[in-house]
Amino acid sequence: MSDPTDVSRAEFCAIACAEVFRGDGEVMASAFGTAPALGARLAKLTFAPDLVLTDGDAALMVGAPALGTAPSELILESHMPYRKVFDVVWSGRRNLIMMASQIDRTGNQNISAIGDWAKPKVQLIGVRGAPGNTINHPTSYWVPNHSTRSFVEQVDVVSGVGYARAASAGAPATRFHEIRHVVSNLGVFDFDTPDHTMRLRSVHPGVSVDEVMEATGFSLVIPDDVPDTRLPTPEELGLLRDVLDPRCLRDREVKA
Amino acid sequence: MPDKRLSLDDLVGEFDSGMTIGIGGWGSRRKPMAAVRAILRSDLTDLTVVSYGGPDVGLLCAAGKVKKVVFAFVTLDSIPTDPHFRAARQAGAVETMEIDEGMFYLGLLAASQRVPFLPTRAGLGSDVLAHNPSIRTITSPYEDGEELVAMPALSLDAAIVHVNRADAGGSGQILGPDPFFDELFLGAAQRRYVTTERLVPTEQFASEGPLQTMSISRLLTDGVIETPGGAHFTACVPDYSRDEAFQKAYASAAGDADTWAAFRRRYLELDEAGYQEARLEPVAAQGGASR
Repeated sequence: MSDPTDVSRAEFCAIACAEVFRGDGEVMASAFGTAPALGARLAKLTFAPDLVLTDGDAALMVGAPALGTAPSELILESHMPYRKVFDVVWSGRRNLIMMASQIDRTGNQNISAIGDWAKPKVQLIGVRGAPGNTINHPTSYWVPNHSTRSFVEQVDVVSGVGYARAASAGAPATRFHEIRHVVSNLGVFDFDTPDHTMRLRSVHPGVSVDEVMEATGFSLVIPDDVPDTRLPTPEELGLLRDVLDPRCLRDREVKA
Repeated sequence: MPDKRLSLDDLVGEFDSGMTIGIGGWGSRRKPMAAVRAILRSDLTDLTVVSYGGPDVGLLCAAGKVKKVVFAFVTLDSIPTDPHFRAARQAGAVETMEIDEGMFYLGLLAASQRVPFLPTRAGLGSDVLAHNPSIRTITSPYEDGEELVAMPALSLDAAIVHVNRADAGGSGQILGPDPFFDELFLGAAQRRYVTTERLVPTEQFASEGPLQTMSISRLLTDGVIETPGGAHFTACVPDYSRDEAFQKAYASAAGDADTWAAFRRRYLELDEAGYQEARLEPVAAQGGASR
């Protein structure tokens, strides 16, 4: 067993992201952000060896190279330009961790705009592929800055579709819809509740349940007994530190 | 084989104010920037711009050329958002049709195939449908009876894409890893233009790259313009990568009216040859409004 006091917050986040891919077979793992990128690679090197990773450009790549590996050093196995990415998305053979500027109680995500959509207070990147992703294959979210500004009662623009919105759009929308986990710098969340509202699944060691509740802009479902996010095994910790992220990019995203 | 060679001035002469113009590339990658700069210098206005958006959208918005943007995102890739587009949106200066990336693809495909719509699950339950009441759903006529989004054809008056190599007949060769949706932009448009890093004799294509890189057929093009450096400052691999320093200067100039005016004077109020000369000077040497 690793010593929990020796494991950094960023490493717990990476482990929590890896867990998103547990049980996956031969699906395309797409991961935005440092902790998700580490998580997908770690899962592939351990408990989900058949995962297929993208090179971040227009190809699928062999193995699980370290973050920041030069493109010329990657071994590619298949062409995956954007037009083909949609074939994968719509076939469902994909598991994705996206980021969220806002996420709400029923799992809606916003990356479009803050404020009134017609004349936003802050224009963000746009809905991107979030509407189609969430309705076609499992989607999880990574929020490195958990606060009442990112965890909100109702997102300003529904980009990624949550459970209540999918249900109201009917069977064609719920058929392949699954919001698996939300991983933040404070803990892990899921929607494993009778009405699919967000539940605290685990807290990262060193974070209290009260701290999570205070940083969340809506009332979370809190189980009687909230476990800690699991420890990495010594093998996992070695892979994270020595193989996948020797330059410690993870510490730039989540401070120790 | 017809000779479809044009100049940038000819190209702009083909456009009218109020047109719907599709722009190829993706984010800050392989954008037909020389053509965009030519539009900036013209008196065209009230354009509807259809784009997997990058600095093409930001520049056209900053110049007041745009009535409406059809987009799924506007990004500079290494800088998450384009500050010029952001400013236009936050000022309520442009109309928008914001749709999912895949819906965008299907809209171009529908227009290319001359069908009114294509069905998809993408969009269901999201605010894309709430914000675009003109987008309808359709019930499958088969036993499943599923109600899906009927993504309408995104028909374009004109489209411009930028490729690595082309010949005088308007065949285009894309040497980078991703052809994006350029073929579909051309397929969806009435008037279709290709700008290229280098015009080459057709027989040279084979020595530049394999058959699958010859992806734009002349069935899809009406005009071809040689514009070396014509995607600058966006990436046009393998010819050149993104000019990050220049892009940073473009983005940071958005914050301040004087700095932006200086940027415009230095780079945009010149013809294309002047731009290509000016952009070779070190960005760091630029002094705000002093020039």
